[in-house]
Amino acid sequence: MTEYAEKKIDSISFGLFSSKEIKKIAVTKIITPELYDREGYPVDGGLMDIRMGVIDPGLRCKTCSQKLKECPGHFGFMDLARPVIHINYIDRIMDLLRIGCRECGRFLMSDEKIQTHLKKLEIAEIEKRTKDKRKTIREFVAKLKLVKKCPHCEAKQQKITLEKPSTILEETKRLTPTEIRGRLERVSDSDLVCMGMNPMVARPEWMVLTVLPVPPVTIRPSITLESGERSEDDLTHKLSDIVRINQRLFENINAGAPEIIIEDLWDLLQYHITTFFDNAVAQLPVARHRSGQPLKTLTERIKSKEGRFRHNLAGKRVNFSARTVISPDPKIKFNQVGIPQSVARELTIPEKVTEWNIDWLKEFIKRGPGEYPGANYVIRPDGKKKKITEDIVEVLLEELQPGYIIERHLMDGDISIFNRQPSLHRMSIMAHRIRILPGRSFRLNPAVCTPYNADFDGDEMNLHVPQSEEARAEAEILMIVQQHIISPKNGMNIIGSVEDAISGTYLLTKDSKFPRSKAVQLLMSIGIFDREKFLSFKEMVTGKEIFSVLLPEGFDFVGKNKNDEPVMIKNSLLKEGIIDKVSIGEENGTLIRSIYSRHGDEVGINFMSNVFKLGIATLLELGFTTSISDSDLPDKVAEKNQKEINDAYDKVDKFIQSYKAGKLEALPGNTVEETLELRIVEVLNNVRNEVGKNASSGIAEEENHSIVMAKSGARGNMLNLSMMAACVGQQAMGGNRIKGGYRGRTLSLFKQGDIGPEAKGFVEKGYKQGMKPTEYFFSAMTGRDALMDTALRTPKSGYLYRRLASALQDLRVEYDGTVRDAEKTIVQFKYGDDGIDVAKSDGGTVNIRKIIAQIKGK
Amino acid sequence: MADIYAKYKEELPGKIIEDVKKQAEENKLSSSDVKKVLDEVKNEYINSLITPGEAVGIVTAESFGEPGTQMTLNVFHMAGVAEVQVTRGLPRLIEIFDARKEPSTPTMTVYLKPDYTKDEKTIRRVASFIKQMTLQEISSEFSLNMMKSAVEVVLDDKKVKDYGFKKSEILNVLKDKLKDINVRETTRGFIFETSQEEGNLTGLYKLKQKAKEIIIRGISGVTQVLPTKRDGKYIIQCAGSNLKEVFKLKEIDPKLTVSNNLFEIGSVLGIEAAKQVIMNECLDVLGNQGLDIDIRHVMFLSELMTHTGGVKGITRGGISGEKESVLARASFETPIKHIVDASLTGEIDKIRSVIENVMINQPIPVGTGLPGLVAQIKKGGKKK
Repeated sequence: MTEYAEKKIDSISFGLFSSKEIKKIAVTKIITPELYDREGYPVDGGLMDIRMGVIDPGLRCKTCSQKLKECPGHFGFMDLARPVIHINYIDRIMDLLRIGCRECGRFLMSDEKIQTHLKKLEIAEIEKRTKDKRKTIREFVAKLKLVKKCPHCEAKQQKITLEKPSTILEETKRLTPTEIRGRLERVSDSDLVCMGMNPMVARPEWMVLTVLPVPPVTIRPSITLESGERSEDDLTHKLSDIVRINQRLFENINAGAPEIIIEDLWDLLQYHITTFFDNAVAQLPVARHRSGQPLKTLTERIKSKEGRFRHNLAGKRVNFSARTVISPDPKIKFNQVGIPQSVARELTIPEKVTEWNIDWLKEFIKRGPGEYPGANYVIRPDGKKKKITEDIVEVLLEELQPGYIIERHLMDGDISIFNRQPSLHRMSIMAHRIRILPGRSFRLNPAVCTPYNADFDGDEMNLHVPQSEEARAEAEILMIVQQHIISPKNGMNIIGSVEDAISGTYLLTKDSKFPRSKAVQLLMSIGIFDREKFLSFKEMVTGKEIFSVLLPEGFDFVGKNKNDEPVMIKNSLLKEGIIDKVSIGEENGTLIRSIYSRHGDEVGINFMSNVFKLGIATLLELGFTTSISDSDLPDKVAEKNQKEINDAYDKVDKFIQSYKAGKLEALPGNTVEETLELRIVEVLNNVRNEVGKNASSGIAEEENHSIVMAKSGARGNMLNLSMMAACVGQQAMGGNRIKGGYRGRTLSLFKQGDIGPEAKGFVEKGYKQGMKPTEYFFSAMTGRDALMDTALRTPKSGYLYRRLASALQDLRVEYDGTVRDAEKTIVQFKYGDDGIDVAKSDGGTVNIRKIIAQIKGK
Repeated sequence: MADIYAKYKEELPGKIIEDVKKQAEENKLSSSDVKKVLDEVKNEYINSLITPGEAVGIVTAESFGEPGTQMTLNVFHMAGVAEVQVTRGLPRLIEIFDARKEPSTPTMTVYLKPDYTKDEKTIRRVASFIKQMTLQEISSEFSLNMMKSAVEVVLDDKKVKDYGFKKSEILNVLKDKLKDINVRETTRGFIFETSQEEGNLTGLYKLKQKAKEIIIRGISGVTQVLPTKRDGKYIIQCAGSNLKEVFKLKEIDPKLTVSNNLFEIGSVLGIEAAKQVIMNECLDVLGNQGLDIDIRHVMFLSELMTHTGGVKGITRGGISGEKESVLARASFETPIKHIVDASLTGEIDKIRSVIENVMINQPIPVGTGLPGLVAQIKKGGKKK
């Protein structure tokens, strides 16, 4: 049975411990650096004292008499022979010493001025201007530092400097921590408020430690190596250093050792305690293991990405999750995920036993963990969890009654949460329904690759199984795939037909015709059986009619397709137009959005699913392939292209000649050289476009399959094709032509000062004809440049995202429609000034054109 | 007709009503049809309203974060034949969100009053008044005269003529700028005579450097001007920006002239203008990258950056660093500093924001975690 926490943490307050408090919370005093006795049992008064908690199975904590994992651990303490400065507070200690009088301890400012300063702070506090408050305090400190004479007792002040990391000098005399503590003690409570400090929780002298709290054993557990040897935690190592030095210091003081020895030991104690808190203090040697590896002490535990905050608190590991390779399955629905049986047997759903399902659940117990669909555990009402084994099946069946919980295997139709990292937007985590499939990988419909940004070159994905009714309800209602068809980024559909499905739909709705039997077969192969519509089919059925079967009842639509031809659907019949990417693809999908908003997400997702399957089925029927000959150019076009390129080369030559003759006129804002460069680039880009156009029209004369893909928007575009067929064009790096790596030339086989097309990275031929070695080299250069760009960009944009997320995570829409942050400060009076949720809108607004067309149509 | 729309004024945003009006006229709808359309629009509008509790902040962060991976890192962009170089793409976006005091490429777009946009000549003239022109740019030689302990400047006559300077004009400016130095005109240029003793080389050298930098004409900071035509209007693109000075010119139109420096706009034109500039700059970057992000997200972010009355960046020194909650700040960056400070001031974390609740495994106060159920228990009612 799940245990619900009844207590809710309402607030957490921060403060400093006084010596007294440290002793009060401590359960033992640490007096010996020894850890274990000869039997390997923790020594009393040692660092592993079992009063501070247990880390060995079988032992019980002497303080709370709980076992391992139950006992939270208890603090110990250590009396320090001499006070030591807490390194993290050194800056504040410095501030206080500098602004406080060395004689009377008051701040170096007259009472009236202190009062006005306090007023200022108070106002800043009320108005929540934390930044201003901090600034006021900074200015206060800066001003008081310069005061030479105490306004209260007229004592002359001396200059106090910090010799990093923790030695404080007054003029040239060193202040010992004892003296520092003495001075801090004299600062009055009322003065402290000027520094923004709260004397109730933080007296300044507490920043100088006289008693060191020893953290519980449970946060520094030792690990037992294979050899049976114990390896202690870094913190324990550090603490034993401190105990050892502390003892020696005690002994030396008691023995009346010379001051110099005591001071040395004192410094050593300061060093050890400093590194105990922070092992990365500047100017201090890093404390290391015997192996030379730096110790990970308190600060390192908390800090940075691998620290406690970001690694353990802001993100946690969970149970009931699975991870494996993904592979495509176009036959399952968009909102399904195929999982292997081996996963289904491991992940379970807790099912509460009631009068009505007891018999059904008993069957699961009978089958047990081995047989699918079985159950793994039975949880009694008292919370005891029993693993189902063959031996106790009978007993369990006997005692089973309403109130028990059975953890049964996953079955078809269960809800699960599916995720692929990096989870950049909310569509990276969506709910899918389980479908048990043979094999060992997760299966997903290729159409949902886009939101996850997944492909199948070895990507892995995670699956989570919600365990409570609330979680399952939220997943089903809020996270299921059909809720996320429209992206909140821009109100466009992020899920739609992709790749082959678009080619298929394009071919189907273009001018294909099928005999009735074929048409019916096509539809039935994707699971559509619509007797009425089948009967209405004539001898020959057009692709448009077949497509229309998928449309919901009474649906009208007017739009355009990729080639700007009209698409018209009237009364659920595709009257005109070819369906392509603009109608059903991702990001565009005008038709999809129309159905989605008119008929709801359930109809929408089914329609999309059917279109997808129909597209693929069509391709299966018609056949679809590409070959090199798809990009063959007619001789006539090839000749024409060659001529154009030669002309362009001549033109470039002319520009260069006129530049050399000094006749070239500079464009406004540019030098003559820049102008020449711009002119050349212009000519070369123009010729590439021209050649590309010729090539496109040349190969597009008859529509081969490569063209179909480009035209329908399934994959590639005409530019890609013309690059294969005719001309790759100028290779650019950073917006310019390739710059020289040698003196005055790009490669040593060009003449110096050659700025002609070949020498600056113009690729004259297409991929099919092949490149010259130099051209190949230049294209490799731009390829490398692109790779570099991606590699450098990812961490930058990742950091930007992290910053955005951390700044914006608390902002939400309140019940009154305002947008506020965690402190309830209003940021917007109405979200987006009109209160429209982009994810519920059509491209960010209400689609008025659509509504007018609808009204007019009636 | 108008009263049909008036009825919906309270219920629909103005922009939507305007759009309906425009399109109804285009389609020549009858008033009964218009009413039907408006009713339907109202329906859809209500259906697309945002739900209370929606974590709009995170949605905005995602909307920027996800396409961020697709942006190019290319800093400079040379699209047109002639353009002032501007930082674009991801670096510019980061710059805006950081709210840097000075952008890496400050630019100004100066619009002129209608009277001055008639022909190109006037525009060029105005442009030349804006561009800062140092003495160095119109001189061919600077030399030290040790004998007279003076600096001699030789003017480049061609440039002087090209830029339309008069020697006497320059002299006046120089006299104004170098008050304690005797400036005299010579046949080829000027001579700056100091009253210093002979042989004070460093002093002379300093004077020479200073003289080079003297701005003879134009607005300080504007290093490049480019009169161009945009949307049928003549504008002047400037590299470097100094709004305060530009606004003093009578030829320019202060209503349209903008800079891309957030803080400058904020101090010269006020916080609302700064908000608008953040928006425009973001939209500009996104548009250039061909990314489609709804304007609400851009608007939201710019409002967040300015809602306290000053421009604040999305950095640990800005919005993230000023959160009330200690743990929220600590979980972002520099955790030790925040915990140390919190311990001294005795701060209390009220666990009201998302991240702290995640830390202690409690429901987060957004979305479905926001509503709380209050059960009304009758006094003396039976406890079951």
